[in-house]
Amino acid sequence: MIRYLIPLGLFILLVAFLAFGLKLDPREVPSPLIGKPAPAFELPLLADPSRKFSPAEMKGKVWMLNVWASWCVTCREEHPVLLQFAKSGSVPLYGLDWKDQNADALRWLARYDNPYTLTVADADGRVGIDYGVYGAPETYLIDKAGVIRYKQIGAVTPDALQQKILPLVRELQQQ
Amino acid sequence: MRFLLLVVAMAAALTFGAASIAKEAVPMAQDEAVEQRMLVISEDLRCLVCQNESLAGSRAELAEDLRREIREMIRAGKSDREITDYLVNRYGDFVLYRPPLKPVTWLLWFGPFVLLLGALAGLAIYLRSRGRRLGDEPADATEGIDGHAPGPGTRA
Repeated sequence: MIRYLIPLGLFILLVAFLAFGLKLDPREVPSPLIGKPAPAFELPLLADPSRKFSPAEMKGKVWMLNVWASWCVTCREEHPVLLQFAKSGSVPLYGLDWKDQNADALRWLARYDNPYTLTVADADGRVGIDYGVYGAPETYLIDKAGVIRYKQIGAVTPDALQQKILPLVRELQQQ
Repeated sequence: MRFLLLVVAMAAALTFGAASIAKEAVPMAQDEAVEQRMLVISEDLRCLVCQNESLAGSRAELAEDLRREIREMIRAGKSDREITDYLVNRYGDFVLYRPPLKPVTWLLWFGPFVLLLGALAGLAIYLRSRGRRLGDEPADATEGIDGHAPGPGTRA
């Protein structure tokens, strides 16, 4: 009797593996940078290219770096969530305008409103490469010591914000 | 394989090689050597945007940027190892088409062999028990006149 159940058992195992495989998103590549210091850079501000910003200025603060671009459609979807997040005043939100034209980016911010404390312009995408960016939007949560603690690939959704980002923010702020 | 490489190299030279030569005015011969090495390195790297394409073959913008970085590292005299490490540090082992051997990838590397061994063991067990079952039957029923096994259907 049992020998006839073996194929059924194997079939159920196979289905379980396939079901698990369907849940995995191959587009989401885990970042090796989590737990490592955020790469240093110095980039001109989008609004005023004569001024520069470097992540070293954020030492001692928990902050978020959001990679976006005016050509990025998902960024527009994500935008209301970021606006609300910025209004909550939880942690400062900085923008990295990735592989974009300054004029387009400024027009985009004027049109959809600006949630960022400030935005830096990474026109040739070099800093993006240092951060392992392979698409926009991507968002990094950086702790007081300047270490990347979390990376959101794709839009920051209200779910991701409530379930992952905000609890981690509270934890990091207490350190 | 060599033909394929040549085609890729020619396509690459046509699409972006020409532009980079024009822009940076590097002596042709040197630039070709850089291009060749860049292609060899990037053949084994995965493009993150179109994940089933190599970095050498992809037309995604990020792939173009990464090829630019690789070219610059080659010109700066970096070794192949340093160049792939640069990408692994940023994008993880995922960029390597040949994943490194380490505890996390043991299942990936050895899993198929474990499955094969398991299957062979299962086959051996099955054959042995089958042999034993056949052996239990009377000898004159399983053996033909000249010691040949009888054909199917002759056994009762």
